Amino acid sequence: MSFFLETLIGGLLSGTMLSLAAIGFVLIYKASGVFNYSQGSLLLLGALTFATLTGKGFPMIPTLAVTIVLLILAALAIERFLLRPLTNRSPMTLFMATLGLAYIIEGVAQGVMGAEVQALDLGIEDIPIFVGDILISQFDLVAAGVAITLTAILSFIFHRTRFGISLRAVADDTRAALSLGMDINRIWQIVWSLAGIVGLVAGLLWGARQGVQFSLSLVVLKALPVLIIGGFTSVAGAIAGGLIVGAGESLAETYLGPFVGGGITPWFAYVLALVFLSFRPAGLFGERQIERV
Amino acid sequence: MTRPILQVKNISLSFRGVKAISDLSFDVAEGEICALIGPNGAGKSSLLNILNGVYRPDAGEIVFVGTPFHEINPLDAARRGIGRGFQNNALFSGMSVMDNVIVGLSRHSRTTIIEEALSLPRARREAMQFRQRAAEVLGLFGLTPYAKTIVGTLAYGLQKKVEIARAVVSDPALLLLDEPLAGMNAAEKEDVLAVIADLNRRLMLTIVLIEHDIAAVMKLAHHIVVLDYGRKLAYGAPDAVRNNPAVIAAYLGGRKNEVAA
Repeated sequence: MSFFLETLIGGLLSGTMLSLAAIGFVLIYKASGVFNYSQGSLLLLGALTFATLTGKGFPMIPTLAVTIVLLILAALAIERFLLRPLTNRSPMTLFMATLGLAYIIEGVAQGVMGAEVQALDLGIEDIPIFVGDILISQFDLVAAGVAITLTAILSFIFHRTRFGISLRAVADDTRAALSLGMDINRIWQIVWSLAGIVGLVAGLLWGARQGVQFSLSLVVLKALPVLIIGGFTSVAGAIAGGLIVGAGESLAETYLGPFVGGGITPWFAYVLALVFLSFRPAGLFGERQIERV
Repeated sequence: MTRPILQVKNISLSFRGVKAISDLSFDVAEGEICALIGPNGAGKSSLLNILNGVYRPDAGEIVFVGTPFHEINPLDAARRGIGRGFQNNALFSGMSVMDNVIVGLSRHSRTTIIEEALSLPRARREAMQFRQRAAEVLGLFGLTPYAKTIVGTLAYGLQKKVEIARAVVSDPALLLLDEPLAGMNAAEKEDVLAVIADLNRRLMLTIVLIEHDIAAVMKLAHHIVVLDYGRKLAYGAPDAVRNNPAVIAAYLGGRKNEVAA
């Protein structure tokens, strides 16, 4: 029993890392109905900048501030030069633009800071501790704590403030929001900045675990099933989706793995997502149907 | 006639060479209801889109409260006090009636988005004021019982009232309405007509509207602009337009009885 619990808890905790990666997508999807393919690149950009600077001996807190400023500047530039010229275009057009943007960010970031794997030490011990008779990774606990805090902050912003109302209005009908005097360019700037910062947090945690390198940007592919399960428009959904995928992967690998020769983790999330797509295409907490592309 | 609040001067607009509006001019006086009528494709909606900055005319000038428009966008138009309702409604359908109307106050917001996101004192105060103002307007429209209802679940006629409430909550100087009566049953029409007439009479709100229901237009409007293929076919008070031979011949196809109805 305790082995089952250990597997389950370990899975849930590593699921929060998936949730963190997914939340960045939710922010932008909520505000513009667009799946932001470049979220993974933003995540890489943030983690790479942080790792490069700390690798050169800069202290952590100022480096974090500098990285956040860089991500905000990137968000402003993206809004000005990519989103504004494409105002009122279809979500498909915007999606394609984010696809292109992903390559630009990856190219520039790796061109400037190099493509080697960089170790990232956040000073969090990755030594498992015993809680009762269950072994739990300390690092996973910290990651879960960060994810929960971040979700609480974002939920407050979305549901308790007027910015949240504005955000939902823009997502619902951009044309009407504009005609009422809502500055949607400003809203996009903020949303992309927030998505960048959430991406940075996710990137740091993922980077600390597996090293900062190009493959970090592939969290897009990790986050997709989480989003399908939780719903593209809900932060709570991203959390739930992450937990389901995390726990599912971990349990499946342990209990089903031996029967199929292991290696379940890479594809199990997609199987779960397919099941959800057949029964609940909008996801657990999603508001709208996902368009068939 | 009081001074014009809106002057449309020699406006032309074309889409890829196809003329939507040619050399159109008319004035709208402060406090009047001006109706745009004409068959589909006559350029009515295009004109409305020019008036709130969605389209830019190829030639001509719009003067609003004495100031010409230069390269304005919908945001500028809203900030200058042009409110707008859309054809078939453009409500935030997943949000409550109250929240919809609160968004209508966006143009008066003086707090930054950062303050709003962090719920700082100034933003909280403003949010309270907005809520109060929105509640007042809901009362005026008889929508108070629906304040917390998700707008997408309301009947169409009520939705239209919410949309108009959302457009006027910010005290615009000019209200644009695109076929406010379309798709409604007789009772709903009565209701919305009364709302529009009331806004005009009691709040002295200037309104430019597009409407296909000729009988309603004749009752409601002070002046009517008849458009046909982007040109002004006639302009005048309802009676003058009703008896204008060009209008009868071109737009109404000689069915004068229908006009008189």
